[in-house]
Amino acid sequence: MTKRTIIPFGPQHPVLPEPVHLDLVVEDEKVMEAVPSVGFVHRGLEKLVEKKDFQEYVFVAERICGICSFIHGMTYSLGIEKLMKIEVPERASYLRVIWSELSRVHSHLLWLGLMADAFGFESLFMESWRIRELVLDIIEETTGGRVIFGSCKVGGVRKDVDNASLKAITVKLQDYVLRVRAIADVFLRDASVKHRLSGVGKLSREEAYTLGAVGPTARASGVAQDMRKLGYAAYPRMDFAPVVETAGDCYSRCSVRIREIFQSIDIIGQAAGSIPDGAIENKVSGFPDGEYFARTEQPRGEVVYYFKADGGKFLKRLRVRTPTFANIPALVKILPGHELADVPVLVLSIDPCISCTER
Amino acid sequence: MKEEQVFLTVGGEEDLFSRVRGMKEEGWRLAQVGATKTETAFEVNYSFDKDYRFHNIKIILPLQGAELKSISGIYWSAFLYENEISDLFGIAIKGIAVDYQGKFYRTSVKHPFGENK
Repeated sequence: MTKRTIIPFGPQHPVLPEPVHLDLVVEDEKVMEAVPSVGFVHRGLEKLVEKKDFQEYVFVAERICGICSFIHGMTYSLGIEKLMKIEVPERASYLRVIWSELSRVHSHLLWLGLMADAFGFESLFMESWRIRELVLDIIEETTGGRVIFGSCKVGGVRKDVDNASLKAITVKLQDYVLRVRAIADVFLRDASVKHRLSGVGKLSREEAYTLGAVGPTARASGVAQDMRKLGYAAYPRMDFAPVVETAGDCYSRCSVRIREIFQSIDIIGQAAGSIPDGAIENKVSGFPDGEYFARTEQPRGEVVYYFKADGGKFLKRLRVRTPTFANIPALVKILPGHELADVPVLVLSIDPCISCTER
Repeated sequence: MKEEQVFLTVGGEEDLFSRVRGMKEEGWRLAQVGATKTETAFEVNYSFDKDYRFHNIKIILPLQGAELKSISGIYWSAFLYENEISDLFGIAIKGIAVDYQGKFYRTSVKHPFGENK
């Protein structure tokens, strides 16, 4: 019988930008079992609702993650608005869609770069991040921030973007489409990349659904589930369908994210082309009361915010279930049976965001 | 948001288990499990999604000696949520499929969300 060895993977590892740990039980070089471990940098941000005014907390919510920061702030705002029955002006809802999709584009480009780095394609990594910088420039032009936007608030948004600037952004993005298409060709057609991704880390539709996988991880396995279809912000006015692949391997997860970049750019174009004029925020008076679950689609999948309030200025409880947390069981499922050398690619294929998970 | 959300509070563990089993048989996805501490009790929420519908089942537990059986035998992925609740709130959850025995989170305070302040 082959001897079993436990190899610790992480929390510090060249492919891991943030600390997560796996105990890999291996026979020779084959992974037989994986036990995940998180919690190295748990921050307890949920607990801060007991000390921060419900309107101030949006700044904390944004800081849960440095990649999908805007969508965290927006999901928090959506939940409070629901509890307080606040109507958000249409223009603000459209701007929320535009900033959400810019977040998705830069997040997916970040992931593409990290993935290219993981399988050793350095020039592909650099080109992916070069394009991402251009998207961050747009975010900086429109919000003043590159990582933390600070543009969402309860009742609407803090900043407006004039229609001429929005048109200029859509023109710029069309230019970037050509550059994304060039790297997409390498990711999806290059033989060496395909060799590393195709057939690796297969997750069936049934497994993805049963394990509670979300976002591109679930959609790459054929689960047509995209929380933007719940109808928050201005998404009901956008024409789009969940991007779905069926092979359920690392290649499919890569393909879903690439197709979503093009889809997000299209949605930004739709929103910028039809955004109505008007106010960007409504007045907030009173305090939240009751219970509600707000759900939105982050780049990594569904995020769930639970609110419990009693009519005071502090919430009684805020709980955030992040997409990476929901995708860990899927990761544990796909690792066994693979070679040790595939582990970095498999871990990255779910696009883990430990900052979110350690909220 | 126009999402339909159903909230239900169950009377006890048996009721919770039969409903969770029913959700699994009907093909609902476990979206999250989370706990809340109020002045008088712990509330544990089990949330499910199916075709963009949302269903939440709540069970209320006493503050002293709060105990619960794991649902990870029904929804395996619940083991993460249950370890989290156990570490942050100090609710004893029996029979978790992968039990970290209080070492899921490395916190400086033992049960930071379950303490009386």
